[in-house]
Amino acid sequence: MTKSPHSRSELFWAFTWLALQGFGGVLPVAQRELVEKRAWYSEQEFLEEWAVAQVMPGPNIVNLAIIYGSRYFGFSGALTAVAGMLLFPLLVLIVIAILSLNYGDQPLVTGALRGMGAVAAGLIAGTSLKLAKALRVHPLGYGVSVVIAATCFVLVAWVRIPLIYTLLTLGILSIYLTYRKVRLNGL
Amino acid sequence: MVFNLFDWVQVFLHFAAVSLLAVGGAVTVIPEMHRHIVVQSNWITDSQFSASIAIAQSAPGPNILVIAMFGWYIGVNSVVGVYQQYIWGIIGMLIAMIGVMLPSSFLAYSTAKWVRAHQNTDYVIAFKQGLAPMVIGAILATSWIISAASDDLMNDWPLWLCTSTTVLLIWKTQIHILLLLAIGAGLGVFGVI
Repeated sequence: MTKSPHSRSELFWAFTWLALQGFGGVLPVAQRELVEKRAWYSEQEFLEEWAVAQVMPGPNIVNLAIIYGSRYFGFSGALTAVAGMLLFPLLVLIVIAILSLNYGDQPLVTGALRGMGAVAAGLIAGTSLKLAKALRVHPLGYGVSVVIAATCFVLVAWVRIPLIYTLLTLGILSIYLTYRKVRLNGL
Repeated sequence: MVFNLFDWVQVFLHFAAVSLLAVGGAVTVIPEMHRHIVVQSNWITDSQFSASIAIAQSAPGPNILVIAMFGWYIGVNSVVGVYQQYIWGIIGMLIAMIGVMLPSSFLAYSTAKWVRAHQNTDYVIAFKQGLAPMVIGAILATSWIISAASDDLMNDWPLWLCTSTTVLLIWKTQIHILLLLAIGAGLGVFGVI
């Protein structure tokens, strides 16, 4: 059973907190906080709304904040969630930007960045594997949906086809197959 | 290069256009932005461009903050004098961020409303569910593309080991994300990776 935010300020601080933990990308923290800790999303809902957020143009996690915030509090909810996502991180960024004008070339700093970058890449990949659990209840079945996910990975990561073209081909095929199945089952 | 109002309008319009091109996130339009703001317009230098990516990666918050860093350097370059640079850097950040968020946010907001109004129709169910495996593949690909920059396996294997260990830990355990990042930073500082 999923829960929901009680007020705009709860929404604001939830998004602030997850944004401030998000080094090298907010998705892993968003999944951890919104699904596992706060239970504002079920695994499947999170994957579905993330899907909409990601295929829309613009920053994915900001889109997710808009979709989620507007669900409960309309336009002001969308603004609240986006403000939570960006206000404090921007302040931190200003401080880092000023410091880096002065200390950016220190080997300790570049070393730390290198290490954090490697961990951040792992966080993103690990989160996508976690999200893949939700495919077990996919209308096309686990096997077929994993094959689609793997094909998408190969096309974007190895063949280096831009995501937009992959979506316009494989993505539309996947939606079409799902549509046929959904209609057949009368879900 | 001294900026006037017209130049700032062009900066705003560039990021507003990027907003609608960025399907799949900021990472996907990095090459296009490099072409425009470094090569064509000379708003920032090549090393400022790379520094923007590194700083945005190291700061907490969404990856879109890389755009704020581009705006920062555009502002810094547009004036002389330390305090003027700080002030215009911040103004540049705001102009770039508002530009990159405004068009896509209105689109996302109206789409969200429409999707919710039709959430039980076959079309919307198929749309969301059909895209679900696609985004899992796409997220995994993002991670791969970030890692693939370190392609010298003889020297970079500790980085790859660190990344794969993180994948396993985050997938299979509840270990705290900040702890993992701190360990990564530590390994980097001591030159292990």
